[in-house]
Amino acid sequence: MERIEVLKTYKIFIGGQFPRTESGRYYPLKLKNNMTVNVSLSSRKDYRNAVIAARGAFSGWSARAAFNRGQILYRIAEMLEGRKEQFLEELKQLGYTPTAAKKEVEQSIDRLVYYAGWCDKYQQLFSSVNPVATSHFNFSVPEPMGVVAILADESSALLGLVSVIAPAIAGGNTCIVLASESKPTCSITFAEVIATSDVPGGVVNIVTGSRKELHSHFSSHMDVNAIINCNTEKDFNKTIGENASLNVKRVFTWNRNWSDEKEQGPYYITDLQEIKTTWHPIENIGVSGIKY
Amino acid sequence: MAKKEAKKLEYFTDWKYAPSPEATDHIRLQKQYDLFINGKFVKPNSGKYFDTINPATEEKISSIAEANDKDVDSAVKAARGAYDKTWSKMPAKERAKYIYRIARLIQERARELSVIETLDGGKSIRESRDIDVPLAANHFFYYAGWADKLEYAFPNRQPKSLGVAGQVIPWNFPLLMAAWKIAPALATGNTVVLKPAETTSLTALKLAEIIQESGLPDGVVNIITGHGPVGASMVNHKDINKIAFTGSTGVGKWIQKAIAGTDKKLTLELGGKAANIIFEDAPINQAVEGIINGIFFNQGHVCCAGSRLFVQESVAEEVIKKLKDRLETLIVGDPLDKNTDIGAINSKMQLNKINEYLKIGVNDGAEMYQSSCSIPKKGFFVRPTLFLNTSQSHRISQEEIFGPVLAIQTFRTIEEVIEKANNIPYGLSAGVWTDKGSRIFNLTSKLRAGVVWANTYNKFDPTSPFGGYKESGFGREGGLHGLMPYLKF
Repeated sequence: MERIEVLKTYKIFIGGQFPRTESGRYYPLKLKNNMTVNVSLSSRKDYRNAVIAARGAFSGWSARAAFNRGQILYRIAEMLEGRKEQFLEELKQLGYTPTAAKKEVEQSIDRLVYYAGWCDKYQQLFSSVNPVATSHFNFSVPEPMGVVAILADESSALLGLVSVIAPAIAGGNTCIVLASESKPTCSITFAEVIATSDVPGGVVNIVTGSRKELHSHFSSHMDVNAIINCNTEKDFNKTIGENASLNVKRVFTWNRNWSDEKEQGPYYITDLQEIKTTWHPIENIGVSGIKY
Repeated sequence: MAKKEAKKLEYFTDWKYAPSPEATDHIRLQKQYDLFINGKFVKPNSGKYFDTINPATEEKISSIAEANDKDVDSAVKAARGAYDKTWSKMPAKERAKYIYRIARLIQERARELSVIETLDGGKSIRESRDIDVPLAANHFFYYAGWADKLEYAFPNRQPKSLGVAGQVIPWNFPLLMAAWKIAPALATGNTVVLKPAETTSLTALKLAEIIQESGLPDGVVNIITGHGPVGASMVNHKDINKIAFTGSTGVGKWIQKAIAGTDKKLTLELGGKAANIIFEDAPINQAVEGIINGIFFNQGHVCCAGSRLFVQESVAEEVIKKLKDRLETLIVGDPLDKNTDIGAINSKMQLNKINEYLKIGVNDGAEMYQSSCSIPKKGFFVRPTLFLNTSQSHRISQEEIFGPVLAIQTFRTIEEVIEKANNIPYGLSAGVWTDKGSRIFNLTSKLRAGVVWANTYNKFDPTSPFGGYKESGFGREGGLHGLMPYLKF
């Protein structure tokens, strides 16, 4: 008798764990092989749990050595490379052609390697020592904003996700991502990659569900510092902007073609950074005649 | 070990300061000011004017035009016209020269501007003269030099100007805030519509005269006066590309909401409730000066004021004793007197707000301590005030008072004070006092605030980026980072 394949239950990813949605809800997704996946229709409560996990992970992640963050991002790339075949198959089931699937996975891996390299370099490019007129040493450095909520690109199953998660966490932020509603399966398999890449639990949280339902909750949470929408819905963006004002969230619309090699760079990292300026007096020794 | 009695600082002396008022006979003020639109002073459509008064005497200084939607529209049209026809086409090095001219003209008229700033806003002449006006001139001078060097500021990018910037500024540093807004906007090739606060329009209008004198092309900078609705009308105007606002967090949130879903770029520099943290190994006498400067500078009308003091328990008694002694020596009164430390509260409204908070503090159970100094009978004045035995949950420890009122808490461990300092929606600034270098860097990297002063406080410089985390706003003003909010790539 033919062996029966073991199918995967797609869960969500919160605080390093893989629960199903607390709501018990799902939405069916028909794959190309005619199997149906019951995708978690995540709730506001799932999102709130994810924010708690992300906030909890923030101080540890942002305090990691930049070099260490670089190694961990590189590790994600390694793990993704190792599971390439699985992603190719999954993308095929979502309707990608073999060529498109190959490009999607390879670009995702390369993008992770690209941002891995930025982890300990953008600080040097975007910091400054400021020549103030008074006797003070004064410098400005970028610091991560905190917890970032992301509504990922609807049109991309993997690359759109990687292209926003990578710059957010490269810069020391933690994030909650709502995956593409129509192409959610890869996001959960990517969560498995993250879970095996030494990324501390809570740094990346991925939920699946409805953007229509969740965009207002993503933007109104008082313990989230920034919100990114990678989609163009005008009325969603208005609501997001209005809700963001509740706690002065930073709002970004990153509606990009992520397969374009130009859509990567340190400015995606610095968008999610705050600039901190530190002052300290310099002692003036008033003894005349001292030369050096 | 026997407990040592904290020594009293001996400030007492029989010598009293003689009055030393700054002369006002050299300033040029008109009885009435119109709106500065398209290079000319024009009458407001409303035909209405309102009084601007000296908060130290409550006497009228001049009448200021009240703009309406139509005036806002003509100002924006003038700015758009100037952007399209001249400013965006001018070579950057020529743009720079105009901004340099403005800097020089401010320097030449510094004394007059200082006196007017003090008359109109109530701040001490020492501060207008030594801080506000020189920094305003320096800000123009600094940004002038950036105009033709922008391609060096952002690696691998070609920066472009945005268009018309609408700028709304507060009353605490009237001329300086105008400089913070206008200088980087012009350097990056944008044109400007600026609205000063209704209680402090005069130095902005004097700046309009200077701009006229500088020969800056008509419409590049427009200055319109009036109350809140004028700002709201700017925010909602369809042909403005950028809003830059400095003011309260409440209004900042309203602006962010109002422009949601539009393409307008936004910079917000909002309120604060900064922690000023004193460790037991700090140079205590310097720290006491730092606390005083942190909260009483500019009558406490400072968004980055060190309004929450955290003192390590082991030195709390000594610090508070010295603080009380020092408080007694502060001279409160005539802002025009060169010996005055604390001038007048900017407006009746602000005075009422501060007094309201004093009541709230007492009712919440905090212990109020005020200087015994006398304050003038006329005008808006408040005695410098300390609140002892406050806790995190007290409203005076959570809300921005914007006055000379300090809420004091104590702490034992570093972890505790970091937690307390950060446990607030604001994140504009912070202060740390300790002799230990490694502790400074531990603290300065963990405090979630845009500006951190270590062993100093309330220092500003055109080259130094300023701006907040969290609900204190976003975007930076000053330095290289201050160019970013006025550019697109």
